[in-house]
Amino acid sequence: MNLLNDNTWRVKVGLAEMLKGGVIMDVTTAQQAEIAEKAGACAVMALERVPADIRKEGGVARMAAPKIIREIMTAVSIPVMAKVRIGHFAEAQVLEALEVDFIDESEVLTPADEEHHVWKHGFKVPFVCGARNLGEALRRIAEGAAMMRTKGEAGSGNIVETVRHMRAIVDEMKRLTTLGQEQLVHEAKNLGAPLDLVEYVAEHGKLPVPNFSAGGVATPADASLVMQLGAEAVFVGSGIFKSSDPSVRARAIVKATTYYKDPKAVLEASEELGEAMRGIDVRQLDEKELLQTRGW
Amino acid sequence: MKIGVLAVQGDFEAHRAMLGSLAVESFEIRALADLEGLDAVVLPGGESTTQLKFLQEEGLFHPLRKFAQEDGAIFGTCAGAILLATEVLNPPQDSLALMDMTVLRNGYGRQLSSEVRFGHCTLKPAPLEMVFIRAPIIERVGPGIEILAEDAGRPVLVRQGRLLAATFHPELTFDSTVYTFFLGLIGERVRA
Repeated sequence: MNLLNDNTWRVKVGLAEMLKGGVIMDVTTAQQAEIAEKAGACAVMALERVPADIRKEGGVARMAAPKIIREIMTAVSIPVMAKVRIGHFAEAQVLEALEVDFIDESEVLTPADEEHHVWKHGFKVPFVCGARNLGEALRRIAEGAAMMRTKGEAGSGNIVETVRHMRAIVDEMKRLTTLGQEQLVHEAKNLGAPLDLVEYVAEHGKLPVPNFSAGGVATPADASLVMQLGAEAVFVGSGIFKSSDPSVRARAIVKATTYYKDPKAVLEASEELGEAMRGIDVRQLDEKELLQTRGW
Repeated sequence: MKIGVLAVQGDFEAHRAMLGSLAVESFEIRALADLEGLDAVVLPGGESTTQLKFLQEEGLFHPLRKFAQEDGAIFGTCAGAILLATEVLNPPQDSLALMDMTVLRNGYGRQLSSEVRFGHCTLKPAPLEMVFIRAPIIERVGPGIEILAEDAGRPVLVRQGRLLAATFHPELTFDSTVYTFFLGLIGERVRA
């Protein structure tokens, strides 16, 4: 892939590499950002409302106000990410002008374009995007995403969709490694993904960018689960600041992410936690209430 | 030769891949027991605040200091270089305080200032490729520090005995110059 010779691409993926093994936390105020940093978050995601509130309150969810993002950038020394609506390249231009460290083109916000995503190679700031399957992940990478994350079902406090998406992506990647060259063209057609990226996955058994997990992580065991399924880091949205004990829970999820292979450590992280966010049974949600179906 | 890579958070896999490409076996350090019998330790890039918290809470902080004081070799890149410095600024932060230097976190600014540059390095005749990602700046070095590479007049690769620190990421390139030099530092001790 000629992308590997592109230095802008390399420093974008490079920052994603630095976040591996860590937890990226949704925050809505500078004070929350400080709690996240103190708990050991490797980055924070600045947004106006956490996904659980977006779900509850409805309305159009947009990029957060620059003032809030700037306050968060001033409050912490770790990288600050912020979300834009799918396809809203002008919001992305604003965030780049604001000098955020990473942009999440996110299905959690109300999509601005129902056919196109942002052409992310056109930006110097790196992007992360969500995916439910390998084809979607490779289309986003083709557009320039430097990090992928599963979509899960944001704001649900329910890990089931994240598990589905992580398993789908990992299984599809494994399968590609068993195929012959002539089969890859056919796979590229079925996946709706560029052949060179399909070939990369077939050769390496993994994405050309870090593969993180997001959507529904609420407990230390949830974090351990997605890491064991192949996630390289964890995003936690509503799970921390919608719980009864944000700073303790934040630290516990950070620990469980690092020691995900060690059940005793995950047990220790799970002790003395208060109540997790209540969560919703995703099967009870109406099709049009799902966030994960946004993006194409 | 037994090399451990701190694996609490950051690009530890990239370091292990680089070591693997040089046919050197490596181990992940997550707990105190993982330090046993090591000849060298690598402190990877990542978030120094996150890594420091693990060092302090998991009882790795003082044993790592002791490891260096007993002449163990340590190589820190980016966040690792921050952990090695005696003084950390922007904001001030605790550190292992093993190398006599002052380091400014996020010295170049935010991610938009991250870039790949080439600079002079005493370890090879041709310019060295250096990947800077939200890199720190080494503001001051003490008399015991040897400067091995500079960028824009500032030290970016420095050595103090068997301790080596880079503000950039040699593990994210295909150039093994800096790593080969580090393996040499370890070799001296293993043979001694």
